[in-house]
Amino acid sequence: MSEVPLIRPKHFSVTALKESFGSFLFVVPALLIFFVFYIYPFFKTFHLSFHEWNGISLKQLFVGFDNFKELMHDEKWWISVRNAGYITLIALTFQNILALCLALACDREIRLKRFYRVVFFIPPVLSETVVGLIWSWILYAGMQNGQHIGLLNYILGKTGLTFLVHNWLSDPKTALACIAIVHSWKGFGWGFLLMLAGLQTIDRQLYEAARVDGAGPWSVFVHVTLPMMIPVFLMVVILTVLGSMQVFVLLLVMVGEGLVYHTEVPVTRILAAMTGGYPQFGYACAMAVIFGLMLVVVSFTFQKLSDRVKQA
Amino acid sequence: MKKWNKYVWANHSASFIIHLFLWVVALSCLFPLFWMLRSALMSNDTIFIDKSFIPKVIHFENFYLAWTEGNFAMYFFNSVWYTFWAVFGIVIISSLAAYSISRLKFPGKNLVFTLFLAAMMIPLPGSFVPLYVMMNKLGLINSRMGYIFCMINVGLSVSIFILKTFFDKMPIALEDAARIDGCSRLGIWRHVALPLAKPAIAVIVIFQSLNVWNEYILATLLLNDKNLMPLQRGLVVFQGTHSVDYHLLMAGLTITAVPIILVYLLMQKHIIKGLSSGAIVG
Repeated sequence: MSEVPLIRPKHFSVTALKESFGSFLFVVPALLIFFVFYIYPFFKTFHLSFHEWNGISLKQLFVGFDNFKELMHDEKWWISVRNAGYITLIALTFQNILALCLALACDREIRLKRFYRVVFFIPPVLSETVVGLIWSWILYAGMQNGQHIGLLNYILGKTGLTFLVHNWLSDPKTALACIAIVHSWKGFGWGFLLMLAGLQTIDRQLYEAARVDGAGPWSVFVHVTLPMMIPVFLMVVILTVLGSMQVFVLLLVMVGEGLVYHTEVPVTRILAAMTGGYPQFGYACAMAVIFGLMLVVVSFTFQKLSDRVKQA
Repeated sequence: MKKWNKYVWANHSASFIIHLFLWVVALSCLFPLFWMLRSALMSNDTIFIDKSFIPKVIHFENFYLAWTEGNFAMYFFNSVWYTFWAVFGIVIISSLAAYSISRLKFPGKNLVFTLFLAAMMIPLPGSFVPLYVMMNKLGLINSRMGYIFCMINVGLSVSIFILKTFFDKMPIALEDAARIDGCSRLGIWRHVALPLAKPAIAVIVIFQSLNVWNEYILATLLLNDKNLMPLQRGLVVFQGTHSVDYHLLMAGLTITAVPIILVYLLMQKHIIKGLSSGAIVG
């Protein structure tokens, strides 16, 4: 029973109406903000996506599905989607496997366990701007007095790995990989904490029983730990996909003006369409709609999968 | 005493490898921050060449220079201001709504809750486009108020969800006692529900503070006036205009990162508990 047993009239009464109106007033501030800053922009996105508009003129030209048709053939857009997919793939594999290994290592009586837990979550609390700027400084490419300025190139030069010295962030080939790795560096603490919490809910007696039955560490992991962890994995996967597909502040900060379409992601395309020399707000909204749909499809698929696993 | 047979050895070397692994990762988390701090203490002449871990001459004045000439005092004040008011607004507005949804009765209240829940679930990647259009129309570009309201909106749904779940589990007897004593609904919210919800509110305050302090894109779109910019935006502006002064940029980064790290270290128990219990997802 969570309801308050207020006066419960059987029939319509003025007192009851006043009661519920008073109760309704409690949610009015939240609803007002929600409608103005969430619901309105939400529907406005759909509305604008069918128009051509430069953001300034009073005239919004209705163009039907033209924006969407143009988007289907927009090579830059699909390259940006692919780039985000690449970052997501690295985050899904590298970042989550690292997180799982760390969680497994910490899921036991081990010295300094709390210290590790605190340290691994430091990168996630930092902002993307801070993380991006620190890493751009470490990856800085350039020389002064015959010496590399950036720490990474300096170390590579000193240790005889000169052939690896590189313009990390200005070469489109490595820029995206660097961003994916920095993004994983910033994000693995999340996966680590969620997976550690998941591991700690597994009943120790299960391990005990498996060991008594003669299972080695590997088969305990495969036959006990992994199946028990599937719901947690699915949650981590959803969060990783949603987070990594929408990465863009790191890109803005680390690659910045050098942002060519080899390194762009969907959100920077949306921003570019909106703030570029010839602003296309309608087109930007069409991208937002399509991109939002993609994310919804992905997240609902995993949600359904997760529900099915939980039922089984 | 243990016998040093091969099993003990295997055990020890496994434990050594695990510790080594954990140490390497922990070091990789801390080293970039150390490098930032070290670079913030160097002069403009040495920062590009000198690679020693501890600078020979420590230039504390960099922080002063960044604070005054780099405009970081202004950015810092703005960040504190936005964070305080946005979090204050989130706590008041979301607790009012959550209390009403959990405890009071009005028609359509399930619909209201579903609405907030849906907002939490549906990703809106380009919502800043129409938001910018609307703020422009309302004349809320370069307005502190406008930015604060946007940030309140960002944190609202999650906070309502957390508080509603908390209120649902709260024993009702105290509220009944207060009602019998003639307390109004608003009074019960203020004097009974809010004090009891302290643990949930702590989680909301911590996470929303981190969120507002670290926000970048809305600050970029909505605030062009240097005097209104928060730290995250200021950093990027500084980098754009003083691209040579890396020592001051690093000092600015330190000014931005240290408060967050301190809050995190002081509050890490709450943060890790909040996360592990799955209260904050997305």
